[in-house]
Amino acid sequence: MTLTTGTGADSGAATGAYAPRPGAAPLSRMIAAQAALETKMLLRNGEQLLLTVVIPTLLLVLFSAVDIVDTGAGKAVDFLTPGVLALAVMSTAFTGQAIATGFERRYGVLKRLAASPLPRWALMTAKTASVLVTEVLQVVLLTVIAFALGWSPHGDPLAVLLLLVLGTAAFSGLGLLMAGTLKAEATLAAANLVFLLLLVGGGVIVPLDKFPSGAQDVLGLLPISALSDGLRDVLQHGAGMPWGDLGILAGWAVVALAAAGRFFRWE
Amino acid sequence: MRSEPVVEVQALVKRYGTKTAVDGLDLVARAGVTAVLGPNGAGKTTTVETCEGYRKPDSGTVRVLGLDPVRQSAALRPRIGVMLQSGGVYSGARADEMLRHVARLHAHPLDVDALIERLGLGGCGRTSYRRLSGGQQQRLALAMAVVGRPELVFLDEPTAGLDPQARRATWDLVRDLRADGVSVILTTHYMEEAEQLADDVVIVDAGRVVVQGSPEQLCRGGAENTLRFTGRPGLDVASLLKALPADSSAAELTPGSYRVVGKVDPQLLATVTSWCAQHGVMPDRISVERHTLEDVFLELTGKELRS
Repeated sequence: MTLTTGTGADSGAATGAYAPRPGAAPLSRMIAAQAALETKMLLRNGEQLLLTVVIPTLLLVLFSAVDIVDTGAGKAVDFLTPGVLALAVMSTAFTGQAIATGFERRYGVLKRLAASPLPRWALMTAKTASVLVTEVLQVVLLTVIAFALGWSPHGDPLAVLLLLVLGTAAFSGLGLLMAGTLKAEATLAAANLVFLLLLVGGGVIVPLDKFPSGAQDVLGLLPISALSDGLRDVLQHGAGMPWGDLGILAGWAVVALAAAGRFFRWE
Repeated sequence: MRSEPVVEVQALVKRYGTKTAVDGLDLVARAGVTAVLGPNGAGKTTTVETCEGYRKPDSGTVRVLGLDPVRQSAALRPRIGVMLQSGGVYSGARADEMLRHVARLHAHPLDVDALIERLGLGGCGRTSYRRLSGGQQQRLALAMAVVGRPELVFLDEPTAGLDPQARRATWDLVRDLRADGVSVILTTHYMEEAEQLADDVVIVDAGRVVVQGSPEQLCRGGAENTLRFTGRPGLDVASLLKALPADSSAAELTPGSYRVVGKVDPQLLATVTSWCAQHGVMPDRISVERHTLEDVFLELTGKELRS
């Protein structure tokens, strides 16, 4: 390590290199830079990749190939793909975002950025953009694998897109609510636990009708169930707009985002 | 040069639960370098973080560059640079990556490569932030505070835990900032740092400003200074005292060892030596002990350690 210990007289003063010239970059540039950095951090993080890429991919391949769970009539991959897409959305928008944001809060990243020219809403916009970019990568990867496994999707792409967007909004709200109120370690533990519970109880790989009917009614109101059920109705059964599931997701999104906005603490 | 205040704090009160961190603090910082000194828990960081817009005052007013840091945060943030006491960087980010990112949030940033070179961060390479040494993390935080070419920089204990070379590099950068017209507010535990860098020193204790002034003023205004010399035992101290200014005192502490306490300036030194010449005394080992900022600090904030 070499340190340049030039004296004040010759290095800075003569040229005025540090002369103030303050100013914020254009908003679009700030948001793009922030979204790019957030995405880079996510893709560089091994645990995050395990959660967002490896687990959904493994579940899709494993359960399509091996008949472990009774997935009802039709090909297993047609049942599994919508559920795994829902899981991918949850892993990125909820689990991954909650853990990453929790530690950013813990290590003062959010605090430091709050003193930069980047407005808070722009930071949140960038986070959302980063989540969406990651989801596009996930969907492309999982779709390619599903086609290779013989997946034959039906339905209206617009309905699928709407479900994915509302699901992302609901899960982001819940993830940010958790990250902004709990300690980073608690968020890490809770986000992983919730991921596991919803993976099992949210109709991702285990059909909800395997559960007792009383439990089904409750589980059906979870955002993961609404998302996987809605995607399955459209992609597997070619149903029209799944208004019921969209309504549940919209409800979660409004409540969770409002609560996150109200209770999120930046440090 | 010492014209418009860059920071004006009036009667600031900030409580955390039942604990009062800042208790009616008044502070005016002008262009140049202002060092905020104080024992742990004195309220330095709370005061600085209120100026940065992180904390809302319970009462009192804060103006930074004429703006309210909370209500006019959007206008203020591009004009200030902030170095937190720790953290502030993605744990997986590399030093240059993070610095480039902060530069991108500003309209006219400094040359990032030159700044990396200047602060000796070139050796960080592809190492992620969490694996950098404490000194490298500190210097990265400093670089992030200045890269946006701010008018005013807040540095919260910028050299805590740095080795001597890194401390010098930080001091040199602060001097260059000052020379180029950037104002600096820094908190520190190091008296030497304040003496070396600051135009103005503010000593804070128990949430209030105890004293504010230039390092020279504070050292002058503190307790009396001391002059010592040795000579033959049994000199006529009363005669020496008569030659000295009225507010001085003189004593033979041990045989042949003399101490004069008072306003020690060149005139007083000349008076003592000429008195010695008149009395045929060779003042061996004559020494002047000037009060350092540390003496003033300890005198004002108490010598006992606090938790």
